[in-house]
Amino acid sequence: MMVRNRSLIRRLLTVDLPMLAVLAFTLAPYLWMALTSITEKSRLFTEGPSLAGATLANYTRLFNTVGFGTNLLDSFIVAGGTVIVGLSLSVTAAYAFSRFRFRGRRLMMLQFLLVNMFPLVLLILPLFILMKTLGLVDTYLALIIANSTVAIPFSVWMMTSYIDAIPRSLDEAAMTDGCTRLGALWRVILPLCMPGIIATAVYIFITAWNEYLYALTLGGRNVKTITVAIQTLIGEYEVEWGLLTAGGIIGAMPATVMFLFVQKRLIAGMTQGAVKG
Amino acid sequence: MPAALPVNRGHLMTQTRALTTPIGRRILPYAMLSPAVVVTLVIVFLPMLQAMWMSLHDYVLFRPKSFDFVGLDNFSKALADPVFWISLRHTVLWIALTVPAQMLLGLITALLLNQQFPWRGLARALVIIPWALPSVVIALMWVWIYDSNFGVLNDFLLRLNLISHSIPWLADPDTALYAIVLTLTWQGFPFFAVMILAGMQAIPSSYYEAAAIDGASSLRQFWHITLPGISGVLLTATLLRVIWVANSIDVIFVMTGGGPGYTTYTLPLYAFIKARTGLDYGYGSALAVCFTILLLGFVILYLRRAGKNIG
Repeated sequence: MMVRNRSLIRRLLTVDLPMLAVLAFTLAPYLWMALTSITEKSRLFTEGPSLAGATLANYTRLFNTVGFGTNLLDSFIVAGGTVIVGLSLSVTAAYAFSRFRFRGRRLMMLQFLLVNMFPLVLLILPLFILMKTLGLVDTYLALIIANSTVAIPFSVWMMTSYIDAIPRSLDEAAMTDGCTRLGALWRVILPLCMPGIIATAVYIFITAWNEYLYALTLGGRNVKTITVAIQTLIGEYEVEWGLLTAGGIIGAMPATVMFLFVQKRLIAGMTQGAVKG
Repeated sequence: MPAALPVNRGHLMTQTRALTTPIGRRILPYAMLSPAVVVTLVIVFLPMLQAMWMSLHDYVLFRPKSFDFVGLDNFSKALADPVFWISLRHTVLWIALTVPAQMLLGLITALLLNQQFPWRGLARALVIIPWALPSVVIALMWVWIYDSNFGVLNDFLLRLNLISHSIPWLADPDTALYAIVLTLTWQGFPFFAVMILAGMQAIPSSYYEAAAIDGASSLRQFWHITLPGISGVLLTATLLRVIWVANSIDVIFVMTGGGPGYTTYTLPLYAFIKARTGLDYGYGSALAVCFTILLLGFVILYLRRAGKNIG
């Protein structure tokens, strides 16, 4: 019993306590922001953020006077559009990478990886010129296209690894039963990798939702995503930290919640490649 | 002999099949790839070529008519530009501080998460949160933490008597860059933790059992089993992070905009600001191209590692 107690104390000291410290460091900034956002305006600068007299006034103001609702909608359209473009373009490519061995396969896979490594600045300048020439600045399409530069390659890689996990014998069985290749992909493979597709979709959604520099450069008065709105807020309501932090909480909410739902599968897919090496 | 016959026949059949593969089936993989490839060519590679082309021109957006070819003038201008060198120095410093800090903290976290304790699943889920937050929100909350008048950091340090007066962390040229490094460390260490943890879990537990039987201490086990076991993941993750940290300018842009003065300028940020506020797309592109070339070494290293994994 003594030994057991001692090992428990040892575990508490060497594992639980340090883990708590790491978690405190991880969560404290976020919790501090949440606490600030519900503190009454008059109290914030006299007593500091506190739970006493908690209020949702900042949140109602955010939607009623600042108009955060339209920004949220813009972000939803852009992120949703990016998910559709990213997934639909990459599914057949991922299937080809997974099921066929052909000339240039390696090179093409690396090309998709390379795209994600390029500095955003190098892309953002010509993309702005391009959108200006096409008259697309300040449209949803411009932002969806810009976000797709990241989404397509990522999704090709993720989907390839998910399709790899499904036995080839299933395609062959479907084709013996009279399906074409595309039919096998559509009717057999895609339903089977639905969890993977959802994880990929969520990841694309989160990245597009969180994206800021493209939204700032290619957006404008008509299309103003939540990240740009928050940044504008910082400029306009400089010292109104209650309102600002409420904006931060709202802006982070959809991505955080979605992420918590799919994180296990997502992380499995993302770390797979790295672990093999 | 009869037994060999089917094998032979099977062999023959595959041979004839390979010879007569219909052209439709041979181009099928390429056809399936083409949507993704064509679109990335148009929205990534073409713009990139255009950026290189722009970098060879004198192109300022408020004079859109003039697009004069100036050769490598923009590049020689950069080499003579003190801000270029300041930004480059900050970029190096920025990577050299942030990536090791992220890795160290990530390693510690992964080691902890690899132990057995009741709330392990919860801890693992919570630790990754910073990774899913928008950069703008991260910047916002850290600006609030660093606030010189009401920030919790100053309050905390004052109470502990570690400092005698409030420090304007982001407005002070001596601390601004380091304050942002801490923010980025916070944002990026979960990535390392998750990658390293996956690497640790791939190490067979029999290794540790054997080592324990031989009487190896946990420190020696870490040194001789864990560290070699995760070295591959560590290298891959580090390369990815170097590229990612070097590229990330949104947090700096929101937190300080490069200021005070040029104290938090990094090379990509300089390129972005030059084009965005200076509207100097020629020079901005040249700076972006310079940065890309400097980063290319890491990118190639990473691609070579990733290339090995493609079956």
